[in-house]
Amino acid sequence: MLIIQLAVLFLFLALGELVVYLTGIPVPSSIIGMLLLTLALQLRIIRLRHVAGVADFLVGNLGFFFVPAGVALLGYFDLIRDQWVAIVGASAISTFIVIGITGWVHQIIRQSTHHRPSSRNTHTTPKDTE
Amino acid sequence: MMEFLENSYFLIAVTFAVYVIAQLAYRRTGLMLLNPILVSIVALIGFLIVTGVPYDRYSEGGRMIEFWLKPAVVALGVPLYRQLSAIRKQLLPIIMAELAGCVIGIVTVVFFAQLFGATREVIISLAAKSVTTPIAMEVTRSLGGIPSLTAAVVCAVGIFGGMSGFKVMKLTRVKSPIAQGLSMGTAAHAVGTSIAMEKGSYRYGAWSSLGLTVNGLLTALLTPTILALMGY
Repeated sequence: MLIIQLAVLFLFLALGELVVYLTGIPVPSSIIGMLLLTLALQLRIIRLRHVAGVADFLVGNLGFFFVPAGVALLGYFDLIRDQWVAIVGASAISTFIVIGITGWVHQIIRQSTHHRPSSRNTHTTPKDTE
Repeated sequence: MMEFLENSYFLIAVTFAVYVIAQLAYRRTGLMLLNPILVSIVALIGFLIVTGVPYDRYSEGGRMIEFWLKPAVVALGVPLYRQLSAIRKQLLPIIMAELAGCVIGIVTVVFFAQLFGATREVIISLAAKSVTTPIAMEVTRSLGGIPSLTAAVVCAVGIFGGMSGFKVMKLTRVKSPIAQGLSMGTAAHAVGTSIAMEKGSYRYGAWSSLGLTVNGLLTALLTPTILALMGY
């Protein structure tokens, strides 16, 4: 079954590549492939068992696959020395703001729609996947 | 004999070994700072400097590992599919919160990086810093930034956001567990998610990984436009 799951995964990656090739949009082909895969699962064109095992393995070990890319930092020591204040400062400030605002917006909007009877469902939890 | 150090398969084996050891160390100690990705990157850079193996030789093997990044991003469609029903139940709050987090995250990091005098390629590399590394690196790569800088910054942001997140949310009075989980996942991706799971129940973690996926998607779709509007 693993070979089928790999085939499905690479099929959707290839479809993503095709969409980017045909349209020239500046979105990574892998993101298009991810959206097409979600859509195909939702429309039941393919089933979870056709892709889940390999997908869960890759998602569960995401960290490993970008370690070699990170090692390329070796070539950028000068750049980091010159700009580390901007890199660290901007990332830290922005992270603070995002954490503060995202949850705040969610709370505000949910409170304003909270009294509808259907909102009882909103306490349910999505399936944990990672 | 020393030439063997430059053998691609040997270097791949070293990369596996370093990552496995880093992961063990992280699990044994539970220390946030021992993030296995950052530790592996630092250890491997150290290994290359000590042995004198040039980066170009290392990357011949490294490319074979990196090759799996794209299929791994496609694979994120599976968790996204599993979360669809939860997203649909509160579509408006989730989409609005994620849109706000995504746009504000990109705009503020670009603005402050500009203010602090970062160069163009560094600014582009920081734009996607909030989202999970494979997506962030893909965005950086397609816009002409430095993917390795993005990888390191994303890990650091995850650790920083994970350690400071609950204090920030106390300040802005984010109290509901759903909102807290979403915030952590949106700002600090998988690392924030793991902290959310340790701090709270299973619920925090699930909402946090929802934030991670949705923000990853929005960031990939919106970053080119937002950067263009800001003059990049």
